[in-house]
Amino acid sequence: MSAPSTGGASRDGYGSALLRLAEDPRVVVLEADLGKSTKSCLFREANPERTVSLGIAEQNMVLVAAGMSSSGKIPFASTFAIFTERGFEQVRNGVARPGLVVHLCGSHGGIHTGTDGSSAQSIEDLALYRTIPGMTVIHPCDDLSAEELTIQLLHHDRPSYTRTARNKTPRMYDEVSCKDLKIGKGSRLREGSDIAIIACGVMVSEAIKAAEVLSSKGIEATVVDMHTIKPLDTELIDDLVETCGGIVTAEDHSVIGGLGSAVAEHVSYTGGVPIRMVGVSDRFGESGEPEELMELMGITHGDIISSCESILS
Amino acid sequence: MTTSQLRELALRCRRHIVKMIHAAGAGHPGGSLSAIDMIAALYGNQLRFDVDNPNWDDRDRFIMSKGHASPAVYSILFEMGFIDEEDMMSFRKMGSVCQGHVDMKWTDGVDFSAGSLGMGLSFGLGCALAARMDSSDRNIWVMVGDGEIQEGQFWEAAMAADFHSAGRLNLIVDRNRIQNDDFVEVQMEVGDVAAKLSSFGWDVREIDGHNMEQVSEAILWSSTKTDSPTAIVAHTTKGKGVSFMEDNPSFHGKAPNDKELEMAMGELS
Repeated sequence: MSAPSTGGASRDGYGSALLRLAEDPRVVVLEADLGKSTKSCLFREANPERTVSLGIAEQNMVLVAAGMSSSGKIPFASTFAIFTERGFEQVRNGVARPGLVVHLCGSHGGIHTGTDGSSAQSIEDLALYRTIPGMTVIHPCDDLSAEELTIQLLHHDRPSYTRTARNKTPRMYDEVSCKDLKIGKGSRLREGSDIAIIACGVMVSEAIKAAEVLSSKGIEATVVDMHTIKPLDTELIDDLVETCGGIVTAEDHSVIGGLGSAVAEHVSYTGGVPIRMVGVSDRFGESGEPEELMELMGITHGDIISSCESILS
Repeated sequence: MTTSQLRELALRCRRHIVKMIHAAGAGHPGGSLSAIDMIAALYGNQLRFDVDNPNWDDRDRFIMSKGHASPAVYSILFEMGFIDEEDMMSFRKMGSVCQGHVDMKWTDGVDFSAGSLGMGLSFGLGCALAARMDSSDRNIWVMVGDGEIQEGQFWEAAMAADFHSAGRLNLIVDRNRIQNDDFVEVQMEVGDVAAKLSSFGWDVREIDGHNMEQVSEAILWSSTKTDSPTAIVAHTTKGKGVSFMEDNPSFHGKAPNDKELEMAMGELS
């Protein structure tokens, strides 16, 4: 692949997608005060009559979205990832249980959020939403893939949770390659038969960096952008189990319940290869710059490299 | 329907309620019996629906937020022809369209999946906002219990409904004064509900929720007032119509035994 160019944050891609989705009159946007942060403000400016501001009241927002969905609308509701969790039971009982199609987006996910500190750093959202039957869980790695996957939600017939990130990340796709993405299908960014790195969100670019360093040491890694945590692309994982000597997962999320858990759960049925998880190990974050916090939490490309080496040794 | 026909309808529903809970061996008679006069009046004269097309876009919505009072809903759906007697009497049995708590996924004519309190008014607000975007005059009715409004989300929705001037949103509060464990005033008194809603910007009327003239008149008033959200605070008696269930917290969520069924049927005739 070509060298990644610097793009926006995945939340910017979400905002751009909403603007494009406005062409469909069924699309409505719901906000809980943080539209400037989640980037739903772009939709609001262009389509105020289809934007519903609900104030700092996430539980209400989730059920208002459910009511609108039951009345033929396609609601996109967003706030910070951490604050979507305040409406978790509402998503479970009011949206997913009756099978209403509401698309929830949590921005500012993970410790990458940075200086706001631990109260804003959701490290459990992917795990939570993954447990809800019928829920699709998406975590894109850059702005272009976030835009493409959000656009695809227009024709997605299940409720979904998309986690976006606050800060800019290197682009893994360009305007053309992002069109090949499909919800539920992992994306191979690099091929190698020694080991496989399955990453999501901000950790995808770290995985690529790790693979490049490993390559200089004679180890070739496949790197997968597993942008959809649920439904998990088990076919792709089965193929990696066949072709690689081990799997390392990487996520800006607790190692309990997220991408690593999902991969390990699947491989526990099939068996075959050792797995290491790079993620936040059962602790809260703190204030700091994203790079500092990634170092502190042990979720840098260096940590991915050591995990790969530990499997191969 | 005339007032006397509505009373007859409510009486038949009361019998269904007690019978289906007895057959299931579980359920919530108290809050079903307190709510049924309002529900009978709504379905009897007010709600716009089509039994042959339960998902008709422009139907009025009835959102039963106090979803444990599902027998009240199933009794009226049976009377209106949405479900048959076998459906109704299979309440709470595995595979039944009549789930323990009302569920839109399982039952034709049910517009909301309830069971977790405090969510229905938000859902109704979403329905009302969608209706306005579609320039539809469909009315949205939400029924909540008084214990239920201890949930913070209810007040989030009440504030938002006023802010968005959701004029087609109509709320009925079943003020039966009893919740699961005990009387509301013991658990956590909710106070002057009418004054509270009024201070949130709602138009509110208080009625005797078992006086069919008052019920009908309030429903008509609420349905014709479309510039702001309206609420009917209905003062009711938990377990109304069955003497030993009336005002008795122990019949919030308990089925009558065989003898109690017989006594109840004797009273509901």
